[in-house]
Formats: sequence, C-alpha cells, structure tokens
Amino acid sequence: MSITPLHLLIYLAGISALVGLNAVILVWLERKVAGHMQFRYGPMEVGPHGLLQTLADGIKLVSKQLLVPNQADKPLFLMAPIVSLVPIFVAMMPLPLGETVQAWELNIGLLLIIALGLLNTLGILLAGWGSNNKYALLGGSRAVAQILAYKIPLLLCILTIIMMAGSFSLRDIALAQEDGWYVLYQPLLFIIYIVAITLETNRSPFDFSEAESELVAGFHTEYSGMGFSLFFLAEYSYMFIASALASILFLGGWQGPLLPGPVWSLIKLYAIIFLLMWFRWTFPRLRIDQMLSFGWKILLPVTLLNFLVTAGVLAL
Amino acid sequence: MIECCYIKDIIRGFASLLVGMRVTMQNMLSRPHTVQWPREEAPLPPRFRGHITVLPDEMTRYPKCFACGTCARNCPSGCITVSGKKPAGARKKVANSFFLDFTRCSLCGICVESCPVGALDFSRHYALADFDGRKFQEMDLLQDLVSPF
Repeated sequence: MSITPLHLLIYLAGISALVGLNAVILVWLERKVAGHMQFRYGPMEVGPHGLLQTLADGIKLVSKQLLVPNQADKPLFLMAPIVSLVPIFVAMMPLPLGETVQAWELNIGLLLIIALGLLNTLGILLAGWGSNNKYALLGGSRAVAQILAYKIPLLLCILTIIMMAGSFSLRDIALAQEDGWYVLYQPLLFIIYIVAITLETNRSPFDFSEAESELVAGFHTEYSGMGFSLFFLAEYSYMFIASALASILFLGGWQGPLLPGPVWSLIKLYAIIFLLMWFRWTFPRLRIDQMLSFGWKILLPVTLLNFLVTAGVLAL
Repeated sequence: MIECCYIKDIIRGFASLLVGMRVTMQNMLSRPHTVQWPREEAPLPPRFRGHITVLPDEMTRYPKCFACGTCARNCPSGCITVSGKKPAGARKKVANSFFLDFTRCSLCGICVESCPVGALDFSRHYALADFDGRKFQEMDLLQDLVSPF
C-alpha cells in the first residue's frame, strides 16, 4: 500500500494525539502508582482523583521560559529534545494495535523500530553534551555506556522471536501466535526482554542517565519548560513503543477472546507498563558497574544460549 | 569466567526481587496512611502541645489564674506577661491580662508544670499561620474567657 500525503496527515494527527494522551495518562498513573505503593494517595486535587493534574502541569510547563545556559552548545542543546521525540512518530507507524489498526504494514517493521529506538540515546547524548553541565554530561555518557550492555541481549531476544515466527513484520509475528503466545514457549526470554526494555527506557532500577540522587536530573538537568516536557513525552512514548513491542512479540498482540483487538492490545500494553512502574517503585537503583556486569555476564550469555537452543530445537 | 555461585546467585537474586514486588503490591492494595488535610483531619495525639491557654474556673467561669506570676518568672524565654487585680468583694486576685509572645515560646511547658493552681494547659490549635506576625507577639489568652471586670 502506498502512502499518500493525506494518509500521512491523518497518521500524524492521530499519533500526536496518542503521544500526548499516552503521556498525560502515564504520568498520572505513575504518580498514582508511586503514591499507593508508598501508602499515599498521589494527586487528588485537580479533577476527579487528580486526573487533570498532568494537564495542569503541562500548561505550566508550556508557559515557562526555555532557558539556555551560558556557554552551552546552543544548536545541540535545542536540538536534543527534538531528536529524542521525532523518531517516535516514525517508530509508531509499523505498530499493529489491532487486526486493522496499523499505519503502515512494513515487512521490516521490527527493524525500523529497533533502529529508531536507538536515536533516543543520541538525543540523551546531545542533551548531555550540549548542556555544558557536568551532571548532564555524566548522564549522557552513562546512557551511551550502557547501550551495548542491553541492546545486544535485547536484539538476541528479538532475533529468537523472529526465528520462531520467520518474519520481521510485526503483523506476521502476532499472527504466528494464534495457537500459543510465545511467552509460553519462552518465559525466560520474556523476563530478559522486560529487563532490557527497563534499561532501554531508562527507568529505575536502571535510570542511570537521570539518577536523581546522584546526578541532579542527569541529562535533562538544564532543561526547562518545553525542552523538559519534550523529553518527558519522549520517555513515556518509548515506554509505549517498548511495551507494545513486548505485547506483540510475546503476548500475541491484539489477539484475545471476546473483546475487540485494539482493546486487547491496550490491555496487554498497559499491563506491561504497569509492570515497569511496579519495578520503579520497588527496586533501588543499581550502580553503573553492577548494571554493566549484569548485562555482560548474565543477560548476554543467557540470551545467547537461549538463542542457540531455540535454533537447535527449530532445526530438529 | 563463571564463578561457583553464578546460577545460585541469579536464582536467589530473582527470588528476592519477587519478594520486594510482593511487598509493594501489598502496600498498593492497602489503605493509604495519609490524610487529605483540609477536608479530613488526622486525630491529634493526646499529649499534643499547642500554645498555652488559661483555663476557666468551673464554678465562676472566670479565669482560674490569680496572677501570681510564677509562670512568667519561670519561663526561660520570658514570653509571658500577666497582671491581675481583685474584683470587688473577692478574696483573691483574678488575672485581667495574660499575654503570650508565641514568637519566642519554645513550648517547653514549664509554665504549665509550675502553675500552682493548674490554670494553664496546652491548647490543641495548630493551624495558626497568618500574614501578620505581630498577631503572635501579643496573644491575648483571656479573650475567650468571661471577665469579672
């Protein structure tokens, strides 16, 4: 199917709405989950159960001045949040959220998402470098240091799934799980995938690049107003993409009884996002060296072994 | 290099993560401990110390304080000013002014302990913020009581 400009416009409008709404709801949910896990209520004042709190915060952030620090690398500094956010609009295109809900059926959709997912790290590095701030720089360099430690296991996970489904197309992968979700065949791989996306989305216990208690706010220390909120939008959108991928790769995507496909997609996706939030408010942050040795000594050999075993079983 | 406890460590570590997640899930499902303040109030502890108040006499409803000045003399911060006079036909003095400088009070409670007739007690007021700090330099503790004068 060819993409006309009209398609593109409709898609962009839809995806902007999705990115915005998703961030509004996830920020609210995150604060609620955080609150209740610590015997608090979380936001309660703005709107019913604080539902409009994020909107109020958003209005505040939009109205704030965008400050550029002295001697910062101005073009890079201003570019970084955009570099972080823009790939999302493309990366969401091949995501099938339902039998017929997919912007662009692409036979290498998975590859596209993986490639664009890496640009987030570039955005973080640009922000860290451009800010002329030691904490930001440390945060940015940490993001780059950890990338190999989780990307290789993550890619090996995905590769195993690709091997089982025999396709790079997300739609085919979801359809291949009609008689059994891959999580049933590969529970270990699912756990590793969840760990790897926790790393990929920079969330606690692996939030090294923004580590509040060590680096002020890490790479976005110097950002205010919209710069900061673009990073926020990007973070929650990457969570959305990573969880959507998890639901498609392991949980059969939109397939499920009774309810329509998109509803099942969203249920699975937000269940995984809730899992990530649950991690964040349970586990303390690791040290960067602990994470690196975890990535290289545990994740990588286990996924590699799993990959070889799966390949052997499939060959039989 | 694979160390001796490689697999054991992974399994043990994973189990401890599950224990942690169980704890936070239990927390999440239990009632929050916080109180939505202006709409609900947390019960004050029984020995809560607010600023001091002068108690009324049960019989006459006049201030119980007879202005002996013990509290004012014992106050380490010197924040109590009290004076009294005899109402017509009475045997004892009754306080006619009792001022507390709450900006200096440290709520030590020596005044409450030293009062010979137990005329002082801690109040249970706590939401006292105001735009005018002078309001707390001269708090008239007799204003809610019946005056014999």
